[in-house]
Order: sequence, then structure tokens, then C-alpha cells
Amino acid sequence: MAGDREVAFEAEAPAGREPGTGPLLSLAGIVKQFPGCRANDGIDLEIAEHEIHALLGENGAGKSTLVKILYGVLRADEGEIRWRGRPVAFSSPAAARERGIGMVFQHFSLFDSLTVAENIALGLDQPESRRGLGNRIAEISARYGLPLDPHRVVHDLSVGERQRIEIMRCLLQNPKLLIMDEPTSVLTPQEVERLFATLRRLAAEGCAILYISHKLEEVRALCSRATILRLGRVVGRCAPAEKSARELAEMMINARLQPQNFAHRAAREQPARLEIAGLSQRSAHTFGTTLTDISLRVAGGEIVGIAGIAGNGQAELMETLTGEQLSPQAETIRLDGAAVGRLGPRERRRRGGAFLPEERNGHGAVGTMSLAENAYLSGAVRKGLQRLGFVDRGRTREFALEIIAGFDVRTTGPDAEARALSGGNLQKFLVGREVLQNPGILVLNQPTWGVDAGAAAAIYTAIAALARAGAAVLVISQDLDEILMLCDRIAVLAAGRLSAPMPVGEATIEHIGLLMGGSAAPSPARDAQAAQGGTAR
Amino acid sequence: MMLRLEPRGERAALWVYGAPALALVCTVLITGAIFAILGAPPVKAIETFLLSPLDTLAGVASVLVRSAPLILIGIGLALCYRASVWNIGADGQFTVGAITGGGIALNFPHAPFALLYPAVLVAGIAGGMAYAAIVALLKLRFNASEILTSLMLTYIAQLLLVWLVTGPWRDPHGFGFPQSAMFPDAATTPDVFPGTGIHLGCLLAPLLALLVWLLMTRSTLGFQLRVLGAAPRAARYGGFSQARLTWIALLVSGGLSGLAGIIEVTGPIGQLTTSITPGYGFTAVIVAFLGRLHPVGVIFAGLLLALSYRGGDAAQISLGMPNAVTGIFQGILLFCLLGADVLILYRVRLRRRARLAPVAATERAS
Amino acid sequence: MSVAGGGILVSIVSASTPLLLAASGELVAEKSGVLNLGVEGMMLIGAIAGFATAHVTASAPLGVLAAAAAGAAISMIFAVLTLALLTNQIATGLALTIFGHGFAALLGARFVGIAAPTLQRLPLPLLADIPYLGPVLFDQTALGYASFAILGAIAWFLARTHAGLTLRAVGDNHDAAHAIGHPVRAIRYGAIGFGGAMAGMGGAYLSLFYSPLWSQDLTAGRGWIALALVVFSAWRPLWLLVGAYLFGGITFLSLYLQGFGVAIPSPFISMLPYVGTVAVLVLISRDRRRIRLNQPACLGQPFHAAA
Repeated sequence: MAGDREVAFEAEAPAGREPGTGPLLSLAGIVKQFPGCRANDGIDLEIAEHEIHALLGENGAGKSTLVKILYGVLRADEGEIRWRGRPVAFSSPAAARERGIGMVFQHFSLFDSLTVAENIALGLDQPESRRGLGNRIAEISARYGLPLDPHRVVHDLSVGERQRIEIMRCLLQNPKLLIMDEPTSVLTPQEVERLFATLRRLAAEGCAILYISHKLEEVRALCSRATILRLGRVVGRCAPAEKSARELAEMMINARLQPQNFAHRAAREQPARLEIAGLSQRSAHTFGTTLTDISLRVAGGEIVGIAGIAGNGQAELMETLTGEQLSPQAETIRLDGAAVGRLGPRERRRRGGAFLPEERNGHGAVGTMSLAENAYLSGAVRKGLQRLGFVDRGRTREFALEIIAGFDVRTTGPDAEARALSGGNLQKFLVGREVLQNPGILVLNQPTWGVDAGAAAAIYTAIAALARAGAAVLVISQDLDEILMLCDRIAVLAAGRLSAPMPVGEATIEHIGLLMGGSAAPSPARDAQAAQGGTAR
Repeated sequence: MMLRLEPRGERAALWVYGAPALALVCTVLITGAIFAILGAPPVKAIETFLLSPLDTLAGVASVLVRSAPLILIGIGLALCYRASVWNIGADGQFTVGAITGGGIALNFPHAPFALLYPAVLVAGIAGGMAYAAIVALLKLRFNASEILTSLMLTYIAQLLLVWLVTGPWRDPHGFGFPQSAMFPDAATTPDVFPGTGIHLGCLLAPLLALLVWLLMTRSTLGFQLRVLGAAPRAARYGGFSQARLTWIALLVSGGLSGLAGIIEVTGPIGQLTTSITPGYGFTAVIVAFLGRLHPVGVIFAGLLLALSYRGGDAAQISLGMPNAVTGIFQGILLFCLLGADVLILYRVRLRRRARLAPVAATERAS
Repeated sequence: MSVAGGGILVSIVSASTPLLLAASGELVAEKSGVLNLGVEGMMLIGAIAGFATAHVTASAPLGVLAAAAAGAAISMIFAVLTLALLTNQIATGLALTIFGHGFAALLGARFVGIAAPTLQRLPLPLLADIPYLGPVLFDQTALGYASFAILGAIAWFLARTHAGLTLRAVGDNHDAAHAIGHPVRAIRYGAIGFGGAMAGMGGAYLSLFYSPLWSQDLTAGRGWIALALVVFSAWRPLWLLVGAYLFGGITFLSLYLQGFGVAIPSPFISMLPYVGTVAVLVLISRDRRRIRLNQPACLGQPFHAAA
């Protein structure tokens, strides 16, 4: 059966492989069943030495499951793994590493309270002397352009530096195959270039690289071959450089892409509904980012995006906007003109605000509570769901039903527990909960994080419709494509500072990238300030 | 052979109620085994321990009387634990409630019932609340773990009681025994059925349980407490003040423990002595968990654990076993219950030898 | 009771040893990310197992070994429940204390009021004769010496060895440790078992040396104080020593005051260690940032390896 499928889906001849060399690694008929979901359904894959091989697919296509099987984190229910032609079974990551497989996870496996050197030592299977390890780190640092100070504690490091630790861990094992799981989702464009240089150098030296991504342009720029997954199956193989990003995307999501058209609204003449003015605040979190002098005005009818790499103050800004964290002065945040900086979340909602944080389970929603109760969580104030200190269960239920119907939430009903929903469904429910409160100001953090394309499209449509109806919308997102597609203006948050916003049409990737790295030329406003300072001096 | 847990994704309704039953069965089996090891015939011992107290009306009555403090404390603890406030010093709040209420009773021996008894109850509740308020203050103002502070305060309360009944409040006609004078009739918890010992508290406890159940399931305050316990960040997102909710949880449970204390000393005991609690505050922790942190469940759990106290007495009298059996039964019951709870969220599977799968695949390929 | 300077210090060291033993074990467990509130129960089990064994075999050292074994064995109930069945660590620890209390009382019912051989002081030649310092440091029971040695070994293990680094890593981020391939659960079983053995020995020190008779409430909350000591030390082994001596000092002070008939009612004097614990907890915990920086990040969190 597996054989039939392979023929059926072998759309393209393998390219970029020298004849005569057998594959370094081959997977045949890999099946992995989870409760209620067949994550891998007979996957075949071959990787040769020197090759940078893309594993392309949407969230939920089965990429992560496949590489976890490959790396010994999970075990396949069926199928065969061959390493240099011999059948192998990796019972643990250590066993995989022993064969020469290294993996850099999307979520780093790092220990915040330990030093760089300790983190690296923990990733090694054979304990090494501290000095010997230090020397090898220095050597590899120099050779592959991975600068790292072994004595620094991880919680002080940037995301890019953290990734280098992970890569360093792998390289110390002299890998034959390096697996990179969505490595660029947290990097600035400049850091991405640097990573690619490192990877190309590794490939040139003979190391095979399995590069997992859903970013098409990157795959086209870096990879010699690609295997495309959808719903746990291989749906295509190709040389990505020979395909357009659009063709790749269509293979990936199996539907002709509708060009998303969220006609940009020229609404800057409208009065500001959300105003942030000179907001500076220390983080409440131990390793958080301090916000410095943030100012932004969002007019009614407008969608403004805040781009930036995770950990640059997004969480802090969001908490200050929702009211979970009070800002030092009331005037720093205004909703429809009212100074709300010292008010809590309920008061801000009463004044027209609606908010949705990044984390669904445990922050925006309570996983162990029903959808109705979750509707009540943030909807109680604006939808009048409480009466004399009691929960109006009838109206709460009605509100939940309204969300479920209006946002096509697939669930058994308002009594279903939130955690029983898939990520996309729950996110639709939560976005619906905020949008249906008909807020004047809506603030969302990572609105489509970990959400399938269909749900994302529904979410975008709802956000755009709300803006068209006159609400001010602020979207904080690490997905630059999302901001460029959805928003009218974009500003970049880096190291707790917000750049001056600019119209999306005028923004270039290079400029945004520099801003994200915190190293762009100062904005005109700052120039003016600097000039004033100069004359004063 | 290894156990493997598969998340169910949703809670299994069957096991929410099945787990306590399964836990009880396991506890009976394990306790039976311990009886057997100690040389007692297990079936007879279990029967003596769990069933014989219910043979007589007096036995049933005494189980009811024992259950009152357990239920009163248990509903407060259930509320606390729902909000993830780990008050384990209920025994101390119980003791201080008995002291403050008892102080009123001893100092106004001639006041009429209609004035004195309510004042005694209120003083008991206030004492328990105030003692729990120390825990709340230390937690919220100084970030000190409520687990450790509430526990330390329990030892302190017990020593305070010892000082009072050996010192200033010692009954001058008590032959030097460490105990206070008997409380006046006007400060005695009345019996509901005269002669049985079943007092007002036995009636009050289930009523308060129902009240707390309404509070937890229907009121906005209950909702907020539940959100705080299930997801503290979601509580902040909802705009619920953690400090306010922590205060409320501790004050309610402290007040209920204080009430239990004052009812116990003005009812079944009748005076202050050095041993007014056989660890009710700790047993109530088990009551709260066994009752699913649900006020109504707490009623049943309180009755069962009250039975275990009586059972310990019965085993001591008729089988000559140490009454520490009660503590063992309670500990094992909590172990089993916590263990059985895993079934609510997970399916338990025996781990298959997964290594066989790739080998089989290899054979097929060759 | 000798009030000479050396005598006071000796008493303080004696009073602090059981705390030091139990707290050292708990520190290792907490470093691996496990909060075991069952210390009091494990100490009681250790105390009775040690006492009973010493009585039956007429050998106090065998009693200590039995106490360690019993403490470790009883801790495995906690380990299986929290690690294999993912139960709430707070509730399970409490259950362990309740169970330990009852089980120790049951086992000990036959040993009330009888004697067992006690641990002997083993003065080190020459060293013990050093004025002041000698009797304090070099005239201990074997278990007393062991408490120093074990604490030093723990400090070295955590700071210097790869295994110790791995244990700290598991406590800092169990998901990451699992992802890299470290056996999170096996490490925690080990840490919990070690904690149990240490608590058991702490109990044995009480029943075989400090107040060498069995009674149901022998530990009188020392297990809980040991837990507070771990917070006090901010999870740094050598600070446990400071904390243990502080509490030894408080305990001694209360004995001293009682012995000299100071005009404070004795219940208030007996409160001192508990009041002291609360005071110290408040002082230490006030600095939220310091606690958060030092506390193992996964402390008390259940670990379920994603299947």
C-alpha cells in the first residue's frame, strides 16, 4: 500500500542528488496515530548527504511528529527508518544522536537559570571536561560564525543567541544530519541571513540538513529539495527553486489561494480611539523587558500592526493595555479619550476595550472550564451577563451560542470544555467573544498563532469587518506576513521601544528587519529630538 | 510492564464520580491487608471498622456529631483549594475559634442564651477569620508560603490553648486538670434531637455546604475563585483581583473552621481542654479532596471520615488495635483518591513493547 | 545543663542536626523540581523504624540504616503517585504526612515507654580536645558527622558534577530536559528517594539520640521547619547550615529559658521555633525577586512527557 502511494505522489524527479550515492536516511511508510488524529499516515522521505532538504507543510500537517519520530522522541506505530541503508530504530534522542542526528527544536530546550556552557554540556551525551568543552566551543564559534559567551546565563540572552546554543549543541556532536524545526520564526531577517550562511557552510562540508518550515521564500532560497506534507501525507516533492512560492503554497494547502483583499482603509483623519502616550514601565516579570517611551495613536477604522521578535516587550505591552498591569500614570493610555492607565481590565472593557492575549489556554481562556464560562470570563461586563452578584446563566449560554454560530466554531456546544477544542477552533471562539462584544478598541496579540489557514482567514475577515465598522484595532504579531497583509500601518517593537509607525505600503522588508534588530536609523521624530538636544547643548 | 497515560482531552464524567468509589474500594482492600498483617481477621476487622459504628442509633448519632466539624472545615477548605489557596492550618483556626468564642462564654456566665450564644458563635467565627487573616497578610504582603505559615500557626494556636487552660482559664475547681470551667448552659450548642447528642452544628453544616455550593456555582464571586484556581493568569485577564480573592478564600475558610471549633467546644465537649481536636483540620483536607472540592461532595466525605474516627474507636475496643488505624485509613484513602483521579483526565494503558513495530516492518520489507 | 560557651554550642548543634538532615534531603528533591510536603511523615516513619530496629537488633547504627531505608521506601508512595499518576504534589505530600503519622503511631504502639540503644558520641582524638570548637564539631555521633559530610557532598554534587547539573536542569525546565533525552522521572525518583532517606535519618537522630524514646509526636513539626529551611536557604546547600543552626539556637534558647525558670509561661517558650519559622519565612520571602531567581522553576509542577 505504501508503495502505491509513493508512486502516486512522486510528482517530481528528485533533483540535486548525485547518482550512485545511496540516501543517508530514508523513511518508508511512517504511521503515527494519536487519539483522534492520524498525525503521520504512511510518510516516505529520503535525504542525501550535502543536501538541504525542506519539509514543508502547514501547522498540523505532521511535520513535527515526523521529525520527533526521526529524532527518537516519539516512536512510529508502523514504518521503517533506514540510516545509510540499514534499518534502525531510535528508542531515544540519545540513540539518534549517537548515529549522528542533531536537532534544533522550534521551542528551545534551554535552561534559563544555567549558563551557556552548562546548557551546552547538558546537551552532550558524553560528559566532557569543562576546559576541553570550552576550547571546542570557541573553535566551532569561530568556524561557523556563532559568537557565544559560555559564561553568560541564558535568561539574559536574545532569542538569536539562544538558538546559537542549540545549534552549538548539535555541532559539538559532529552531526551527519541536522534537523531544524522552524528555525527562523524568531529571527530578524538579518539573523536569518546569518543562519543560512552557517547552514550552507555545514552542507558544503557534507552534513545533511532537514529544514522544516512553512515559509516559502526561505525554502526557495535555501533548499535543494522539498517534501510537502498535508494532513499527515506526502502530497508532493519538488526542487523548490523551480517553483513559485504560490505554487508551493497551493500544494501545501490544497486550495487555490484567494488573494486576500483587506482593502486598506485610509482612516487617519479620524480621531484616535486608542492612544498610548509616553508609556514607560518596568516589567513585572523576573526576566521581562522594560517598556520605554512608547507612543502610538490608533484611529477608528484603522488596523495598526506591531511587529517584532518575541521577548521584545510584546507580553508587557499587552498586559499594560489590557489592564492586567497598571501603568504608572493614568494619562499614558486613553480609550476614546478617557485616561485608563490606572484602571483594571473590567473598567477598560466598560469603556469600550476588548483584548485577547497570545496564550489561549490559561490566559485568554480557562482550559478546564466550559465555553459558556469562558464566554463569561471577558464578556460579563459588556454583554451584561451578571445580575446582582450572580452569573446570568441563560444569557451567558446565549452569548456562547451566538459566538459558536457566528464564528463557525466546531464543538459539541457551550458546555464543552475549552481545552477539548482544537487550537484553531478555540481561537475562533475567543476572537468571536471579543468581536461580538462590539468593542470600540480591539487589541490582539498573535491572533493566528498555531491556527490553521481556514481559521486564520476567518479571524482576519472578522477583524477587518470590525475595523470597517469603525473600531480601532491593534494587532501585535511576530508574523510579518500577517501584519503586511492585514494592517494599514506598521510599527516595530524592539528592546521595549516602539518605532514610529509607517504605512504598510511604504515599508520595506529590509527596513523592518533593521528595526526588529533594534539597529535602524533613528526615526524622524528622534532625529528632531536629537537635533534639539544638540542645539541646547 | 509500564503504565502509560494517554490524555483524554476532556474530563471523563464517569470517573469524576467513579474515582472516589474506586478509591474507597482500594482503601478497604489495602487497609484489610494491613489488618491481616497485624494479625486481625481482615473481614471482621473491616466490618468492625466501617460497619459496626452504624449498628446502633447512638453510633449513627455519634458519626453525625463527628461529621459536623469535618464538614464545616471541609467546605471552607474546598473553597480555598478551588482557588489554589493552600490553607492547611485549619486546625489552628479551629482552635482559635474555640478560644475566642470560649473566652466570651467563660467571661459572661450569666448572660441569657439569646444574647450569649449568638455572641459566642460570632466570636468563634471572628477568631478563626482573624487567625486566617494572619496567613493572608503574610502571603499577600510578604509573599510567605501559606502552606508553611498556616501550619506553624497551628502549633502556635495549640500552645496558646495549652497556656490558657493551664493558666488563666484553668478551672479553679478542676482538681488541677488542664481544662477550663464548663460553659454555662446559655453558651451551649443546643441538641436538635434531645438525648441523642445530635446538635445544631450537625444541621448547620449541610446547610452551609449548600450555601457555599450556590456561591461557588452561581455567583460571580464563586466564578472568580474558580478561575483563579484553574488559571491565575486568566483571572488577571478577567480583571479579578488575586489579593481580594485570596483574602476572601482565607477568611471564609478561617471563619468556617472557627465556627467548627466553637461549636465543638460548646457542644460535645462543653469546655476548653488541651485536646479539643484529634486533627479535624487535617482530616478535613481529605474530606475536601474526597468530596471533589465540591461542597455537596464534602457532606458525604465528611460522613465517611467521621465513620473512620468511630471505626478506630471500635477497632480499639473490640479488636484491641491501636486507634492510629484511623490515621492510616485516612492517609491511604487520600493516596488512593489522588491516584484514582488520574482516570478523569487520562486513559491508563499498559505500555506495549513499541520496539517490536519497526522490526515487524523490516521483516515485511525483506 | 552546662551553660559554658562550648556546652551551649553543643546543644545547638544537636538540636540542629535532625533539621539539617531532613532539609538536605528535601533540598535535593526540590532542586529536581519536586515539592514533597511529606517530610514530617517520613521523619516519623524513620524515627520509629530506627527505634524499633535498634531495639530488636540492639544496634543503634543498624537502626539508622533501617530509618534511611524506611524513609526512602515510604517516599516511593509519593514518588509513584506524583510521577507516574501525576497527582497534585501538595495534596500528596500532605497525605504522606497524615499516613506517616498514623503508620508510625501504629508501628510504635508496642514501643511506647521502652528503651532502645542510643547513638554514641565519637570524639575524634586530639581534635575533640580543642577548647570550645572541639566539643562542638568533633564530639558528634556518627550521624552528626555524616550530616556535615552529606551536606558538603550535596553542595559539591550540585555545583560540580555533571549528574548534579542534570538534576538542576530537570528542576529548571523538565520539558527541555526531557526533549534533550534526560530521564526526568528516573532522576526525580532518585531525588525523592534520597529525600526520604535523609528525612528518615533525621527522624532516627531524634529517636536514637536527641530524645531517645519513642513518642507519637516526636518530631513536633520539625519536618515542616525543615521545609521552611529550604526556602530560607534559597536552595543553596551551605545556607542550610546557617538556617539549621539558627533554629538549633532558637530551640536551645527555649530549653534554656525553661531550664532556668524564666518567668515566661512554658507554652510561650515552646512557641519560639514556630514563631521563629514564620518570622524567617516572612523576612526571606519578602524579596520576591530573589525567591523567583533561585527557586527551581518547575517546583511543584507535574511532568507529563508528551506521548
